[in-house]
Amino acid sequence: MRAFVQHAFFWLVVRPIVTIVIGLNVRHRERLPPDGPAIVVANHNSHLDTLVLMTLFPPSRLSRLRPVAAADYFLRSRALAAFALSVMHIIPIHRGGAGRGDPLAGADCALGNGDILILFPEGTRGEPERLAAFKSGVAHLAKRHPTVPVVPIYLHGLGKALPKGSSLLVPFFCDVFIGDAVRVGDDLQAGEHFDHKAFTALLADRMTALESEGGFAPWS
Amino acid sequence: MIAPLHPNSVTTMAAVIAVLIVATVVTWILGRVRPGTKLEEIRKRVRSWWVIVGIFFVALALNRTASLVFFGLVSFLALKEYLSLIPTRRADRRVLLLAYLSIPVQYIWVGIDWYGMFIIFIPVYMLLVLPARMVLIGETEGFLRSAGTLHWGLMMTVFSVSHVAFLLALPESVNPFGGAAQVLFLVLLTEFNDVAQFLWGKSLGRRRVVPTVSPNKTWGGLLGGVGTTVALGTALAPWLTPFSRAEAMGAAALIGISGFVGDVVISAVKRDLGIKDSGNMLPGHGGILDRIDSLTYTAPLFFHYARYLHG
Repeated sequence: MRAFVQHAFFWLVVRPIVTIVIGLNVRHRERLPPDGPAIVVANHNSHLDTLVLMTLFPPSRLSRLRPVAAADYFLRSRALAAFALSVMHIIPIHRGGAGRGDPLAGADCALGNGDILILFPEGTRGEPERLAAFKSGVAHLAKRHPTVPVVPIYLHGLGKALPKGSSLLVPFFCDVFIGDAVRVGDDLQAGEHFDHKAFTALLADRMTALESEGGFAPWS
Repeated sequence: MIAPLHPNSVTTMAAVIAVLIVATVVTWILGRVRPGTKLEEIRKRVRSWWVIVGIFFVALALNRTASLVFFGLVSFLALKEYLSLIPTRRADRRVLLLAYLSIPVQYIWVGIDWYGMFIIFIPVYMLLVLPARMVLIGETEGFLRSAGTLHWGLMMTVFSVSHVAFLLALPESVNPFGGAAQVLFLVLLTEFNDVAQFLWGKSLGRRRVVPTVSPNKTWGGLLGGVGTTVALGTALAPWLTPFSRAEAMGAAALIGISGFVGDVVISAVKRDLGIKDSGNMLPGHGGILDRIDSLTYTAPLFFHYARYLHG
């Protein structure tokens, strides 16, 4: 049932909006992880970000895609929670460490099942079209799953199309630049000597490099 | 409802498809004999031509509504590309949406055959309405730049392009073989002229026409291209248009010269923005603006030429 609703929603609503109203310019598509387990991290400017990232994958992977999303925001009403949990298939996460027990347990479990996680390490949509500092959650997940590739994706333009605080969608072409995966085993020391800060810094570096590939002017 | 095309239009379409088949076969054979990256660009370009021509011909063959939807979509994609490239203000999001909404309205004027409204809606009413909407938002910093660039884009991508569509609505004195024939004549000659100028420019000519804007454009390419376009236009005109021989030569020369101007105007815009291609919607061509740059000039000029002489 979930699969049917999910596919119907993506074919009838999401894909038409993403391809006609928005239109994507995707660079380095071959760097997308072909299958899970994998972690996709992106900068966050708009509610469209998650939908766009989900359309990058073939429809057969749709049920494997798990956006990690803030529980305080997406579970705030019953209708929104039903949509977020069953159609978007999110993994709710409690921001600010206020939750009970391990905040990453859901994400951990999904990676164990071979799912593809979608994460926004900036933690919030923030200022449109501007990169913010990364939080350390991805580093903790990467430490626990050293063989799982962490693929950075830079999104540009979606914050112009549908910024935080607006419900008015204005058409713009958007850029999606996919970066090289960070693998703990290859790029950093795993296990006891794993350095959270070094991992987060490496990921942020790759994201900045992707951003400079576009040479975009700031939006004011 | 399917309005049957005039046999002359059908033959013209078949000829275009034959040319595409030849281009596909030749590039395929060349790729076999001598694989190289340069050829790959041309093959991509031919593949994109198949998509463009396929959708364009199907829309034109179906009926006028399908054709209007097609040209409206071209305007939409071109305006979206333009607005994604130029610096826009965050405060103007609602104004941009209003500009987008003018596209269906402009094509409705074409659909109901209201020439008076069609010809002033964007140049007059949108010119006045967009800044008024901006004033309501109240952001004055960058106001002039924003109002100016937005309206210029609307004129180029919507007003100009919609003239191709209005050819379909002109009376029989202008369209003895049906509106689709005139549209084919204009679009075919415009695109053919682009290719001819490119090929002539490659093979001869050293003196540049506009060295700071487009260093690859030579006088040899321009004159050779216009000459070839006039030859093809004169040959095609009795099939597709009401033009006498002299009128046909004038129409083709107009398309050849103004097509060149449209091309270099968009080149100047891209140079100003510091980009090479306007997008990557059409592999091998670039963006949609890269493909319709010359049409933004040829369409209104050809339209008024035909309408003045035979309307």
